[in-house]
Amino acid sequence: MERERTEVNDIDRSIYDFRYSDEDFYKVDEGLTKDIVLQISKEKNDPEWMRDFRLKSLDIYNKLKVPDWGPDISGLNMDDIVTYVRPNTKMTTSWEEVPEDIKNTFERLGIPQAERTSLAGVGAQYDSELVYHNVKDEVSELGVVYTDMESALTGEYEEMVKEHFMKLVPPTDHKFAALHGAVWSGGSFVYVPKGVKVDIPLQSYFRLNAAGAGQFEHTLIIVSEGADLHFIEGCSAPKYNVANLHAGCVELYIGKNAKLRYSTIENWSKNMYNLNTKRAVCEEGGTIEWVSGSFGSHVSYLYPSSVLKGDDSHAEFTGITFAGNGQNLDTGAKMIHVGKRTSSFINTKSISKAGGISTYRSSITVLPNAEDSKASVSCTSLMLDDISRSDTIPAMDIRTDKVDIGHEAKIGRISDDAVFYLMSRGISEEDAKAMIVSGFADPVSKELPLEYAVEMNNLIQLEMKGAIG
Amino acid sequence: MALLDIKNLSVSVDETEILKNINLSIGKGETHVLMGPNGAGKSTLGNALMGNPQYEITSGNIYFNGLDLKDESTDKRAKAGMFMSFQNPLEIPGISLSSFIRNAIIQQTGEKLKFTEYRKNLSNNMALLSFDESYKERDLNVGFSGGEKKKAEILQLLMLKPKFAILDETDSGLDVDAVRTVSEGVREFQKSGEGALLIITHSTRILESLHVDRTHILVKGQIVESGDGSLVDKINKEGFERYLAE
Repeated sequence: MERERTEVNDIDRSIYDFRYSDEDFYKVDEGLTKDIVLQISKEKNDPEWMRDFRLKSLDIYNKLKVPDWGPDISGLNMDDIVTYVRPNTKMTTSWEEVPEDIKNTFERLGIPQAERTSLAGVGAQYDSELVYHNVKDEVSELGVVYTDMESALTGEYEEMVKEHFMKLVPPTDHKFAALHGAVWSGGSFVYVPKGVKVDIPLQSYFRLNAAGAGQFEHTLIIVSEGADLHFIEGCSAPKYNVANLHAGCVELYIGKNAKLRYSTIENWSKNMYNLNTKRAVCEEGGTIEWVSGSFGSHVSYLYPSSVLKGDDSHAEFTGITFAGNGQNLDTGAKMIHVGKRTSSFINTKSISKAGGISTYRSSITVLPNAEDSKASVSCTSLMLDDISRSDTIPAMDIRTDKVDIGHEAKIGRISDDAVFYLMSRGISEEDAKAMIVSGFADPVSKELPLEYAVEMNNLIQLEMKGAIG
Repeated sequence: MALLDIKNLSVSVDETEILKNINLSIGKGETHVLMGPNGAGKSTLGNALMGNPQYEITSGNIYFNGLDLKDESTDKRAKAGMFMSFQNPLEIPGISLSSFIRNAIIQQTGEKLKFTEYRKNLSNNMALLSFDESYKERDLNVGFSGGEKKKAEILQLLMLKPKFAILDETDSGLDVDAVRTVSEGVREFQKSGEGALLIITHSTRILESLHVDRTHILVKGQIVESGDGSLVDKINKEGFERYLAE
C-alpha cells in the first residue's frame, strides 16, 4: 500500500500538557459498582445484550486477580477512578460544531490539519465519547464503514458487532479486559468490504482530559477478503497528580488474503496506567502489521498479539519503547502460529534513561499443526545511564519440529566514544545523545507515516532534554 | 602568540600517566608532525587536546586562540575551531553523511547554509577525494570500508575548515592509493586556508607530498626531539631505534 507522507510543524511538550475545565461534563461517581455500570449502560442506550454483557463482565472482573507478574500497579485504586466522563457535546461531522475548548485541543494536536492533508477519515475521542467523526466521501463510496462504536452498536451493523465484540479478547482474558467489558465507551468501528483497498489511512485520536478518569475505548476493525487498510491510533493526556487509567481494547479481524497495518503512537501523561489489550486474527494468507511507539504512561502493560489462524498468514510487529524517569514500561508482542506455513517477525527497540525501566516481553507459540512456519524475534535495548534498567523476557513454546525459529537480543549502553566523536564536530552532548538515540530508533520511525515519525523524533528530542548531568 | 600553546601538559588514562610535561607551540597555518613508536602516547595527545573525557589532564594547560581550553567541553573546542580526524571513526546510524556535515557546519557557525551552494561544495570535495558521491546519502560511516571512513574524515576537514586539525593516524590501514588520495585532501586543506595541522603518524607515507614545518618525536610520553621537515626523512631512514636504546 502506498503510504502518504506529509509535513507537519514541530511540536513542543505544551501541546500535551494543556488542559481544559471539565466542570460541565457529565460524570459517573468514582469507583466501580453494579449501579455505576448500569448507569453507564443507560447513558449509552445500550441494547439489552450489551447491558447484560457489561454486568457479566463486572462479575468476572470481581473474581479475577490483579496480575502479579509485571510492573507494580498498586498505585492504581479503582475506587478513585471515574469510569465515564461525557463531554458536554454530541458527536459531529463538522469541526465547527465541536465546542471551542475541545476543538482547540485537537487543533493543537494537529488533527484537523492532518485530516485535510493525509487521512481518509478521522475519529476524535475526548474523555469517554467521540466528539468528531468524519470520513471522506470517496472512501464511503467504496463501501468502507468507519464510525463510532455506539452508532455501530445501535445501527445496521449491530449483528456484526455482536458477532465480533470481545470474541477475540474475551472478558475472561484478564482482569482489565473484564473491566473494559463492563465500562467500555467510545472507540471506532471499521468495516472494509471484500477486495477494497483503502489507499490513505484512517485515524482515531484518543484524548483523556479529565483528572482521575479512565478511558476504555473499543476499536473493532474487520478487513474482508482481499481488502487492504492502514489504521492509525494516537493517544495523549495532560499531566495530573492523580492516577489515570487506560484500559482500551483493540480487536482486528483480517480476512483471507487481506492486509491491515495498525500504527500507534502512544504518549499518555506520566500518571497514566496503560493496561491496554490488542489482538488480531488472520485468516488464510492474511497479513497484520503492527507499528507501535510507546513513550508515555507511568506503567504500561502492552503486548499486541497476532493469532495466525489461516495457513500462509503473516504477522509483523515493529515497536519502540522509551522509558524515562518514573516510568516502568513492560511491552512486547505475542505471536500464535496455528496455520501451516505461517510466519511472524518481531523487531523491537527499547530505550531507558533517568531511572526508567523498560522490559521487553514476548511470547511465540507454534502449535503442532503449524508446520513449516517461521518466527523471528529481534530485540535491542539501549540504556542511557547507569541508573536505568532494561530487561528482555522472551518466551517460546514450540510444539512442532518442522519450524524455523530465530532469536536475537542485544542490550547495550550508549557509546561514550560515539558521543565524543559527534561532540568533536561541535555538536553538544545533549544533541549528540539525541542523535544517537534517533538513529537507534530510525528503523522504527521509517515504518511510521511521516507526521508520526516527526512527532516521534520530537518526542525523543524532548525526552533527551535535561538528560545530561 | 601561537595559535596553540601546550604548556607542561601531563595526561593520565585510568590513573596511569601517559604523557609527561609536554610543551608544544603551533602557529597559524603551520603543519606539525608528531611521530613516535607504537604506544608512545601520540593518540593520547590528540584525544587530550580534543577533550575526550576518558583522558584526564593531571597538570598543565592548553591555550588555543587565546582561550584556556583545559576545562572546556569537546563541542566548545570544536566551535572554537578545533577538529580531529579519528583513527577509528564511529558508525552513526540514522543520519546521512551529507546531513551530518551540514548539521555540524550550522552548529559551528550558527548560520544557515545555502542548500545549493552546500551541495556543490560537497560534490567538489568528494570528487577531489575520489569519493563515490552516492556515499553522501549513506548513514555516517555505517558499513564504510576503512578507506572510505578516512575519506569521510578528510571530507569533514575540508567542509568544516577548522583553524586547527589533528589527524590521528589517518594513514593507518590504508593501501597506497588511498594514502595518496587522503594526502591530496590534506594538501588541499593546507592550500585553501590558514588552517594549522598536527599530523600524528608512525609512518611517513602520508607526508611524502606535504609541506611540513616542524617535526616532533614522542617516545614514552615525552617529546625527545623536535626539528624541521627534514627530521621526517631521518626517521624514515633510521627509524626510532636510537631513541629507544637508552
